[in-house]
Amino acid sequence: MANAQYQRDLLNESGAEMLAICTVQLEKAKDAFLNHDSDLAEEVILNEIRVNALDLRIEKSCEKFLALYNPVAIDLRFIMAIRKINFDLERIADHAYSISKYVVEVDEKIPPHLLEALKFQKMYDTIVKMLVNITQAYENKDVKAARKVFKKDKVLDQINIDSFSVLEAEIKKDNNIISEALLLFSVIKKMERVGDLIKNIAEEIIFYIDAEVVKHKKKK
Amino acid sequence: MAKEIEIIMETVTEQIPANSIIDSSLKKKATIEVKDVKVWYDTFNAIKGIDMNIKPNTVTAFIGPSGCGKSTFLRLFNRMNDYVEDFRMEGKIKVNGSNIYKKKVNVEELRKEIGMVFQKPNPFPKSIFDNVAYGLKLQGITDKQLIEELVIDCLKQVALWDEVKDDLKKSAMALSGGQQQRLCIARTLAVQPSIILMDEPTSALDPISTAKVEELIFKLKEKYTIVIVTHNMQQASRISDYTAFFYLGELVEYNKTKTIFTNPEKQQTENYITGRFG
Repeated sequence: MANAQYQRDLLNESGAEMLAICTVQLEKAKDAFLNHDSDLAEEVILNEIRVNALDLRIEKSCEKFLALYNPVAIDLRFIMAIRKINFDLERIADHAYSISKYVVEVDEKIPPHLLEALKFQKMYDTIVKMLVNITQAYENKDVKAARKVFKKDKVLDQINIDSFSVLEAEIKKDNNIISEALLLFSVIKKMERVGDLIKNIAEEIIFYIDAEVVKHKKKK
Repeated sequence: MAKEIEIIMETVTEQIPANSIIDSSLKKKATIEVKDVKVWYDTFNAIKGIDMNIKPNTVTAFIGPSGCGKSTFLRLFNRMNDYVEDFRMEGKIKVNGSNIYKKKVNVEELRKEIGMVFQKPNPFPKSIFDNVAYGLKLQGITDKQLIEELVIDCLKQVALWDEVKDDLKKSAMALSGGQQQRLCIARTLAVQPSIILMDEPTSALDPISTAKVEELIFKLKEKYTIVIVTHNMQQASRISDYTAFFYLGELVEYNKTKTIFTNPEKQQTENYITGRFG
């Protein structure tokens, strides 16, 4: 068992590393986008290789752990959860990569009044807080911290829903901003998706720790 | 081993009329109810008050570290512990509603109802056919055709027929370990039990033979109630419907196998099945 425990600990550390890297990728993508910093965006793009390598390493370790140690109970839930968490984190990093690509490919800076009207900063801040919550939940096996993201995800959903009418109104005011508006609309969709992925991660952490399946559960 | 053969011989020597042979295709619904059972070997308290209900046509696995009392508990069901010196028991065990520890119970009759398969295959030094037919003949069945039909039926039930149909006169001792174990199961089935107890039936077998016996257990539960002691966690999770975890003579947890192996209620169970102790 000592070896199985050791392998599990290593996998747990790799999961924490993936979470940390993806958090940094997203934060850098945010800064690059808000400040139109193409150097920072390039850094995110280059770091994607690291994310992919770690994703593969975790996948392989999970496969090895399943094949060699036949996990059951909490070990089985851990391995099931870590595979899904890894998958979701890799998707989050993909979104950070795509946003950074916009920064590099689009020359013009997004007009600040548009960002403000769309509550862009609030959206990013909410995502950062959600990432802090799941990091705490993952590292300390803290189910309460994991549950905090559900409410925050609703904030993102609302911003996403509102974005259509906000952009419509802005375009009516000035139809020269159509390309920027479309870009923003696409980024907002990505950020909303990031929120969903973080919510999925929180659900997996709850499943792993409490054996409770919360996904697809509607509040009565 | 000699003791085990002696018990098997005793089991099959009880005379019953030939017409009482039940169609083996019929499902027998056998239940086991255990109420506050305690066992001592001299002053050693091996079982410390266990309650358990075993449902018909299910496979129940007993797991736990060596010395936890699981084999002692299993052997209570066909009164195998009666042979152990200084054995003493309190509580009630009912099979199909009848207390099997009542004084008037005919133990040999009981063992016909509750067959047992042991850790090591223990065929008689006779032919394959005679191993299975032995019990039937001693039960007074003389109709050769009926005996043949029943032997074939039992060998088919344990998926051994195709492998031995051309060599029925061959010595059972010439079979492989896995085939011998399936032959022993066929011999157990021949006396028409409703419950089959298995004490680590695959621990001496290679993976292929183990897979065959496991497949057989899965198939047999359609007709029989099966209780199996195993040290192999994966085997318990693969083949059983219910799992009971024993520790130091106590039943720590008894639940559906799916629950035990995904989300056990007790920390002790989780520690054992994940290999953190035991």
